[in-house]
Amino acid sequence: MNRFKLSVLLGLVTATTFANAADLEKTIVIKGHRFEPSEITIPAGQRIKLTVHNQDSTAEEFESHALRLEKVIAGGSKAVLMIRPLKPGRYKFVGEFNEETAQGVIVAE
Amino acid sequence: MFPVALIVFRESLEAALLIGILAVATKGVSDRGRWLLVGLAVGLAGAVLMGSAMEKITTLASGVGQELVNAVILSVALVMLAWHSVWARVHAKELVSQAKTVGSMARNNDSSLWPVGMLVCLAVLREGAETVLFVSGLLSGADITTGALVTGTLLGITLGATVGLLMYLGLGRINPKHLFSVTQVLILMLAGNLASQLAKTLQQGGWIDKLLDSAWDAENLLPMDHLAANILHSLVGYESNPSQLQVVAYGLTVFTILAAVHWRESRAKF
Repeated sequence: MNRFKLSVLLGLVTATTFANAADLEKTIVIKGHRFEPSEITIPAGQRIKLTVHNQDSTAEEFESHALRLEKVIAGGSKAVLMIRPLKPGRYKFVGEFNEETAQGVIVAE
Repeated sequence: MFPVALIVFRESLEAALLIGILAVATKGVSDRGRWLLVGLAVGLAGAVLMGSAMEKITTLASGVGQELVNAVILSVALVMLAWHSVWARVHAKELVSQAKTVGSMARNNDSSLWPVGMLVCLAVLREGAETVLFVSGLLSGADITTGALVTGTLLGITLGATVGLLMYLGLGRINPKHLFSVTQVLILMLAGNLASQLAKTLQQGGWIDKLLDSAWDAENLLPMDHLAANILHSLVGYESNPSQLQVVAYGLTVFTILAAVHWRESRAKF
């Protein structure tokens, strides 16, 4: 029954949409343990492809409980995070390895 | 040094708690210590490899390579844990009756414990890879002395291991009559936790976009940064702000395992 559940899950995954060319794209840069820009406005109700470019030499963990995103990005590396369709509001995110300075917010409207 | 220790501690907490719980759950089965240690060693080695390859992994699958790898690891761990739950339940009665008749605690069924070793390996691999990435980045980039970095890392790991040990000792004090049921419940919730994290990983990779709204938001009651929230997260999969999909995955997993156990047990009776 566990294999059954697993195959149902896999079927669900393959049946749903993959990232497509119509996704809106946004980029954030990490520099000096800060996010640039630290505030981004996006349309609500739409999936967004967020690229985080870590220009520091040290790794950073992009984390947001509100967005349900968590990812370690190596120094000098780029990573993609898919932001789920959001209700209007402000969604905070931080760089967990440098939390005092790495702070930002995504505004969905 | 302390910020490093804190981050390493938080990363190692989940793996340490899992090891502590599995160690108690498999008490009395011969050679289980060997399987746990092998799992730990392989997981650590894998974590170093994966941490060093992280940049390449990240760029796989158009930038969501990490999520892909995590999804595979979580899926395998989930199946392992579910299998172990069903196996342990069905064989527990055998083990107990054998102990009574031959006076020894367990027969040599160490071949059945490789899922446990695998689970430990996978948990250590996931958390370890992130820690390796974090530490190696600091090694080359930040202005922190190597000595402080090593001390901080060791301190963090020791703290994490201590919490795992406390969990093991604490659970070990439970009346042996109830211990099995308690560990089975804990393992059930661990499985739910894995399913919930799998759901979160699939969302982050952009492979699922249904049921993604919040099921509830308890961030004001018990924020995820709180130590109690961390421990609850590792134990039962507490999330302050889970998606509906995560809740469904958790519930479905628990239900499926319980149903499978019930089905196997009713078949074993005659």
